[in-house]
Amino acid sequence: MTAASVPTLASATPVPLDVERLRADFPILGQRVRGKPLVYLDNAATSQKPRVVIDAVTRFYSSENANIHRGVHFLSERATLAYDAVREKVARFLNAGSASEIVFTRGTTESINLVAQSFGRAMLRPGDEVLITGMEHHSNIVPWQMLCEQTGARLRAVPITATGELDLEAFDRLLGERTRLVALVHLSNALGTINPVRELVTRAHARGVPVLVDGAQSAPHLGVDVRSLDCDFFACSGHKMFGPTGVGVLYGREALLERMPPWQGGGDMIASVTLERSTWAPVPAKFEAGTPMIAEVIGLGAAVDYLTAVGLTAIAAWEHELLAAATERVREIDGLRLVGTARAKASVLSFVMEGVHPHDIGTVLDDEGIAIRAGHHCAQPVMQHFGVPATARASFAAYNTLEEIDVLVRGLRRVRQVFG
Amino acid sequence: MSLNELYQNVILEHNRSPRNYRPMDDNDRKAEGHNPLCGDQLTVWVRLDHDIIQDASFQGSGCAISKASASLMTSAVKGRTRREAEELFGRFHRLVTGRLDPAEAETLGKLAVFSGVSEFPVRVKCASLSWYTLKAALDAPGHTVSTE
Repeated sequence: MTAASVPTLASATPVPLDVERLRADFPILGQRVRGKPLVYLDNAATSQKPRVVIDAVTRFYSSENANIHRGVHFLSERATLAYDAVREKVARFLNAGSASEIVFTRGTTESINLVAQSFGRAMLRPGDEVLITGMEHHSNIVPWQMLCEQTGARLRAVPITATGELDLEAFDRLLGERTRLVALVHLSNALGTINPVRELVTRAHARGVPVLVDGAQSAPHLGVDVRSLDCDFFACSGHKMFGPTGVGVLYGREALLERMPPWQGGGDMIASVTLERSTWAPVPAKFEAGTPMIAEVIGLGAAVDYLTAVGLTAIAAWEHELLAAATERVREIDGLRLVGTARAKASVLSFVMEGVHPHDIGTVLDDEGIAIRAGHHCAQPVMQHFGVPATARASFAAYNTLEEIDVLVRGLRRVRQVFG
Repeated sequence: MSLNELYQNVILEHNRSPRNYRPMDDNDRKAEGHNPLCGDQLTVWVRLDHDIIQDASFQGSGCAISKASASLMTSAVKGRTRREAEELFGRFHRLVTGRLDPAEAETLGKLAVFSGVSEFPVRVKCASLSWYTLKAALDAPGHTVSTE
């Protein structure tokens, strides 16, 4: 692997974050749990929401609520404008070529299922192959397994190394004559590995193979530019990027989206319907059947504004500092082993402790007011690769502090005390 | 509810040195149990003499609660009839879900150390996994049970 293929965080010096001010924007962070100040380190599961997002959703239901794309009245017109404005915002946020390349979905999972069932079912023939990797979240495995079952295609996976990086030579070997799609994670939720997506897209495109990127974790942490990544599809979730649950995004290259058949049928996705046949609305409406999650989209718009105002470069730099500090500090804990030590990492610290099950780590930390995740992180193949049933995972967001890492380390010492 | 009440010394000790932690070649019954949420999985083996549990053992991976529970369960059911074991499970389940009369808790012997679990709803599955697996072994040998 060449140095150039390893992505690193932006080197430009950003304006440093005012973390205390940022924290004040998140009402939930001020509370105590189990009698201790909340230390929220489960951001890879879901992020907390700033006041502006909560207010946007509340305001929508309090004074703006109406259905969109169908009303002739004032409220509907305004809701339609607001909804479509978020599409523009998200397009700018991801640097898509145009807003019609942005499809709203319920989340990353639905975005991937959409591509599998629309693009995949139309494209794949028996014997064709879909190439994923060994570090995927279940949401980027199971839809492809279902698709392969339906089409007779074959699912192959790029193995990962002992440090939790992709085996790039194996990638080249597995990218074959029959590969019709590559689907891979940008930033691993279980390991924190940042994959060299741009490089892999180049290799796939050299063989004419389109690439889907699971950006559920990267969208809020790395600063994503879909045109620079040159990927064909990019999926992310609102709730992991300070937005509401129940809304996500599928970016798709316009030419591909246009060629793809609709996935779900219903209202809003048609041009005309007779009892015999229907014709489809242009993209992206073709993929948004039924009344969408309007309030959630409005909330997502507020989240994107917020992320943009804080700045992804500053966020990435601060989170890099947090991760580096946490990585260094947890070495003090006897018998603690990191799972995932890739050279390029962000926001996720996955670990196991000798003689202590991750679930018990989670319970002891919880007693200290610290929220982490314990389990397989919906990435069982990753756990199998590392030979562990589960890991404990602390995952950071821009509002976390170095003091909270002290609390985490003290909590881990207590785990050691309790379990010997 | 303090952490010490959940992780009582007996539980920590059984977690470190689980009893009956071995496969059983001459078993009459065997079942697998897993908790998909946390990835815990275990196997329970039973040897029966007519209706009486002669021996019970387990192996697998899980948290302290699930391991200690399996350890104490395999010790507690030895010498009991199937019906008695199931009845014991009923009382144990009421204990960990906080529905057991305090007077009845005294009848549980060592198993009473799991009383703290009722304050930690997410840990109820951990404490019950081995029991569900034992029940599966006794009811329908060879089956896999899941807490989900």
